[in-house]
Amino acid sequence: MSSQPKQEWPLWEIFIRSKQGLDHKHVGSLHAADAQMAIENARDVYTRRMEGISIWAVESKYIHASNPSDAESLYDPANDKAYRHPTFYTLPDEVKHM
Amino acid sequence: MEKGLTDIFRDKIQKEIRIEPKDWMPEKYRQTLIRQISQHAHSEIVGMLPEGNWITRAPTLRRKAILIAKVQDEAGHGLYLYSAAETLGITRDEMYDQLHSGKAKYSSIFNYPTLTWADIGAIGWLVDGAAIMNQVPLCRSSFGPYARAMVRVCKEESFHQRQGFEILLTLGKGSPEQRRMAQDALNRWWWPSIMMFGPKDDESPNTIQSMQWKIKRFTNDELRQKFIDVCAEQVKLLGLVIPDKDLTWNEATGHYDFGPINWDEFWQVIKGNGPCNKERLETRKKAWEEGAWVREAASAYAEKIERKKALLVY
Repeated sequence: MSSQPKQEWPLWEIFIRSKQGLDHKHVGSLHAADAQMAIENARDVYTRRMEGISIWAVESKYIHASNPSDAESLYDPANDKAYRHPTFYTLPDEVKHM
Repeated sequence: MEKGLTDIFRDKIQKEIRIEPKDWMPEKYRQTLIRQISQHAHSEIVGMLPEGNWITRAPTLRRKAILIAKVQDEAGHGLYLYSAAETLGITRDEMYDQLHSGKAKYSSIFNYPTLTWADIGAIGWLVDGAAIMNQVPLCRSSFGPYARAMVRVCKEESFHQRQGFEILLTLGKGSPEQRRMAQDALNRWWWPSIMMFGPKDDESPNTIQSMQWKIKRFTNDELRQKFIDVCAEQVKLLGLVIPDKDLTWNEATGHYDFGPINWDEFWQVIKGNGPCNKERLETRKKAWEEGAWVREAASAYAEKIERKKALLVY
């Protein structure tokens, strides 16, 4: 058993909700043998000063990320659609509450 | 192709756009960062040892709780930094290997012993003070994960320095023996702290490249001077004396002049000949090796639970 090459504990990405009503936000990663340990370690590593009230732990291998080199084509369709923004529309100053 | 990528990379650096792990980067940039971040992580981890030495003998419950919290912070800082280094493609085990085999360095300051309680004060004030001086500019490092880790580290580190200063302040107001103890700690920690900023600029060959890549924002000598200027003022409040007879305010430069640094000692400690090099590494290795069964047991338990879950599903 112990002669086998030892495996590192898997890597987990940690997301923390700082207070009720806010989103969980990525804060970093850590190693843990399982999900429960990931949450307990995240408590110790990322919330020593009351930074959070809720923790998500996701094993890093399940995170799928876009490729930075695809950024140009990936976000291109949004580039020329300024009309999606309210500031695109010029209205008379008399219009209130809009 | 390579040329285009280099240009994009350089352009980002120029415009202060952070480099993220999946972005293309020159191999040398990657390697330099791996070395720098892992050494920084090792320093946090080894840095727990000299202070851990005093946890059981802290003079009051308050001091003990504070010291435990501080040492726990250092562990946390090490973990943030190891994670940041891992995004560059090195594994945690590889980094531990490099530390334990002596291939990787850590800050040489931790190869000095903590002989009295006053040393905990001196470490907080000077060692953490010097670390903060070094780390604040690193919050703007061009490598995103490193910069983000440093923001968290700096936020937490500030209490470390204040608690150290408070220890010295208390000793300074105490009995003659306590004042002597505080002065003795300052005498022993001052010069090693000054050396924490690394060799003089003209003997630091990597500085120019690192400044161009914005993984270093100030030179060693600039930061060292800044630190000395700050400490030379703070020490007055402690009623202690910095052990440098050449330390004098220079009206013309607007800085404090200081005496010659014993660089021979610096290189000796880096080479492994400091007072505690062997002891520190052995303690680290022992902790790692004797913890092996815990790591294995946790993995085995996780696998067992997985298997049980699989049985329930099918």
